[in-house]
Amino acid sequence: MTAGIAELPLWADALVASLLVGAAAFALIGSFGLVKLSDFFRRLHGPTKAATLGIGGTLLASSIHFSVRDGAVSVHEVLITVFVFFTAPVSAHLLAKAALHLAGQPADADEAVPTAEQEPTG
Amino acid sequence: MTAAVLPFVTLAFVLGLLLSAWRLLRGPSLPDRILALDTLYVNALALLVLFGIAFDTKLYFEAALVIGLLGFVGTVALARFVLRGDIVEPR
Repeated sequence: MTAGIAELPLWADALVASLLVGAAAFALIGSFGLVKLSDFFRRLHGPTKAATLGIGGTLLASSIHFSVRDGAVSVHEVLITVFVFFTAPVSAHLLAKAALHLAGQPADADEAVPTAEQEPTG
Repeated sequence: MTAAVLPFVTLAFVLGLLLSAWRLLRGPSLPDRILALDTLYVNALALLVLFGIAFDTKLYFEAALVIGLLGFVGTVALARFVLRGDIVEPR
């Protein structure tokens, strides 16, 4: 599988390898948290942060790899990185709102109907 | 060094893929399944980028980009369906 890999200088090779190992560790821990943790809101915590770091590390490694190989800065990967970094919190927020909605609690402070038994916030 | 590390990194991402697939099949509630799908596409995206490094080609980049774009739209549509009971609300 690694037959076609390009020959890089040692520093770039070491940087790419360490970034990949870190990214893989983060992604694996995030996915493991998705299985291991007990409650949905705890499970939401794991993958949203860890998987985003996994994506970031992998894309940075890919960017360095192709930049050093071609001798020109490779900015394709930044496109995915920026997009994922912007969208991951948005989807996590929407999922948390959806779960709160299913749990029967008001998902939005604006839509909340104040009741006597509601706990005071803050 | 990268060549030595790549099989283990691939294994870690495939393991993450399997773990999120398990949560997708098992997940007790609907948001759990949507979150598992979200993690699944993120892992698949990383795996595609990894293949790009391993085979030394930029061919997989576009596929990863499309997965990233459509995965987010899918997650938002599903979450909105759970939240509102509809995806595109009638005026």
